[in-house]
Amino acid sequence: MTTYATYNIKGGVGKTTAAVNLAHLSAADGYRTLLWDLDPQGAASFLFRVKPRVKGGGKALIRGTKALDDAIKGTDFENLDLLPADFTYRNMDLILGGHDKKPTRKIAQLLRPLAAEYDNVFLDCPPSISLVSENVMHAADVLLVPLIPTTLSVRTLDQLTEFVAGFNGRQPEVRAFFSMVDRRKRLHQDITEELLAERSGVAATPIPALSLIERMSVERAPVTVFAPRSQAARAFRELWAELNADDEKPADEPA
Amino acid sequence: MTLDLRGFELDGGGEANGGTPAAGSQTETRDPASAALDVLAQSFGVATERGAAGSGNRQRTWLDTFDWRLNRAGLVLEYERTERGSRLLLSRDDLPLAEQPVTGWQPRRPRLAEDLPAGPVRDQIFKLVSPRALLPVAWAASTVSTTRLLNADGKTVARLIVDRSTASRDGVSVQLPPRLAIAEVRGYPGQARRAARLLAGVSGVSPASQSVFATALRALGHHPGDYSGGVDAEITADMPASVAVATVLLRLLDTLELNVDGVLRDIDTEFLHDLRVSVRRTRSAIKLLGGVLPDGLAGAYAAEFKWLGDLTTPTRDLDVHLLGFGAMADHLVAASAADLEPFRAYLLWRRAREFRRLAAGLRSARFKGITDHWRKALVEVRDAGRPRKRLREPTAAELAISTTGRAFRKIVAKGGAITQDSPPESLHDLRKRAKELRYLLEFFAPLHDPVAYKKVVGDLKQLQDCLGEFQDSQVQRGEIHELADAMLAEHAAPAATLLAMGEIVANLAISQAEAREDFSLRFAKFAGPAGQQRMRTLLDEPAIGVDPDGAGA
Repeated sequence: MTTYATYNIKGGVGKTTAAVNLAHLSAADGYRTLLWDLDPQGAASFLFRVKPRVKGGGKALIRGTKALDDAIKGTDFENLDLLPADFTYRNMDLILGGHDKKPTRKIAQLLRPLAAEYDNVFLDCPPSISLVSENVMHAADVLLVPLIPTTLSVRTLDQLTEFVAGFNGRQPEVRAFFSMVDRRKRLHQDITEELLAERSGVAATPIPALSLIERMSVERAPVTVFAPRSQAARAFRELWAELNADDEKPADEPA
Repeated sequence: MTLDLRGFELDGGGEANGGTPAAGSQTETRDPASAALDVLAQSFGVATERGAAGSGNRQRTWLDTFDWRLNRAGLVLEYERTERGSRLLLSRDDLPLAEQPVTGWQPRRPRLAEDLPAGPVRDQIFKLVSPRALLPVAWAASTVSTTRLLNADGKTVARLIVDRSTASRDGVSVQLPPRLAIAEVRGYPGQARRAARLLAGVSGVSPASQSVFATALRALGHHPGDYSGGVDAEITADMPASVAVATVLLRLLDTLELNVDGVLRDIDTEFLHDLRVSVRRTRSAIKLLGGVLPDGLAGAYAAEFKWLGDLTTPTRDLDVHLLGFGAMADHLVAASAADLEPFRAYLLWRRAREFRRLAAGLRSARFKGITDHWRKALVEVRDAGRPRKRLREPTAAELAISTTGRAFRKIVAKGGAITQDSPPESLHDLRKRAKELRYLLEFFAPLHDPVAYKKVVGDLKQLQDCLGEFQDSQVQRGEIHELADAMLAEHAAPAATLLAMGEIVANLAISQAEAREDFSLRFAKFAGPAGQQRMRTLLDEPAIGVDPDGAGA
């Protein structure tokens, strides 16, 4: 099981759209896929038309009184399930903190039993630096970081990479990708080119800023479903192909 | 997506092509599946789903052995071909148990269990099916459509699956009633239940009482399990003995003839086995019960069935060697399995030669003459019914009591006389008598109390196994000696092979000695005081007793 987490300290940078479309593409490729909507706003749940509610709330899930398995909902798509958001996730830090043993590893521990059932898990994280995000970083194999090509975003990526490098033991691979790219903006072009030239771990495929992606909230479906031949869908497909190819490399082969 | 168990049949569905309409078919032209959908649409949003798993066209071939081993075990095996690929699917009560993808499968060709590709389906059925071949039992071409059932948010909460199939077998095609199922979406079990309840309330829709396979077979006029190697003759206690014997012999002839095609096509070795059992049973019936048939009939055919039995023996003996080859090789200690390969090659060559002789015999005018004339004569006896030449012909029950009792007493006497010093022939002779008793019990099984019958047959079977092990080991040793001589004469026997064959002979001698040791215990259990009481109970049962008026029970 490979766990991908879409994470950025900032909100509105394309985490959820990426998680939803990549999870759908993963499922369409035949991988048994789970998307966990960890954001109390429940945007991913909304996009899959699933009510953002978990019986017993986040507390029941984290404390284990409700099995993760029982909260999972099938989406409309083959091979793709969703663990919905719940408004109580806003208190997730408190819930995790109340868990005295290894509070930063709880989500990883909860996901472990699902390894036999799913090939890929996507975690859609709320924007913040918190106990939740630290949990997610420990649970993830690949940290997918959407970057709007601005100087501040690049700085955030540096901070995140440094933070992860400080982990003891297992560290997730940090994979950034450009999101909401407006090719008409000179700054976007410059930063994209520079970063691709200077940094490894940045995906070559940018996700453009397109109104079609914003339409996802109207259609309540991945763009890869309602506009499969669009430029946006093509971009997500190429990004997924890049990520999936990386994942399928033998362990001893240099990245 | 998991297929829900709540399957439904529309009794207003299709009709047989060129046959009778399906039960309860309606005259209106409206598709009954659409009527069901209308009802669901009142409570759910509905949307056609294209390209869903399991949707589209699919070809199914149901597979089973000739003697329905999978069906008897409650299993259904199908080969399925869809746009997405081909697979073998094993299920019980419409619930999938195992599946495995297959390539290059030719569903119309029989396939031995050992030739199945490795995978979970093979793992589950190999022991059950072996050494039989899987044969296509029926075919179905289906169009499957899926409709999503949506909640107020437009979310799919269940699916309606409509399967329209045309089944075929032996050139006959029948359109099956459309079949509906509600598939549950994970996390929404209540909605699936609700949809199923709504479907159940639609006029003309009823819960499917059997699997698609069973529906297809029934529509085609076949019944799962319509072949069995058992006797299962329909006889009654007060039937005239001659009619009962003719009925049993006709049933044996049916079984014999049903297996001829499988033998000639060399589908699997059990066809010949079952054919031989029918011949042996027939010979025993002629010998033990032939006295009640019209004068001369039994005597005339005794020699013909001996010829038929002898015709089949060489091929069967070689089959037995080949079937047990793996186990024989596994028990080698000094020699290696590879040493035996020339022996296997020789056995295969000899079998091919003997099989040609067997096939020629089964295609001969003599064989056809035996079966045709025998059937004609037996039908005449059976249909003659009660009129009797003799003043009072015994009933089937009386014949069963007298012959079974006599056969049992013979075993008690002969077996009781066997000591540690008795020659092997005495055990061989006892084996034949035990077989005769077993056949008599089987012929008259419908007249016996099932519980008492089971007890007697259980003990007899254990005695037979012991005697069989003793004699088969000896016969096989002799045969291996002869085969070794023949291989030497034909320069087909490397020294290592002969040594390995010697080790097999030694192992057979050990098995024979063990069976000999076991004999006293088995015999005492079957023919001792308790066994004799069990037999008395069996033969004294009211069902088989004769009332004072001689009308039978």
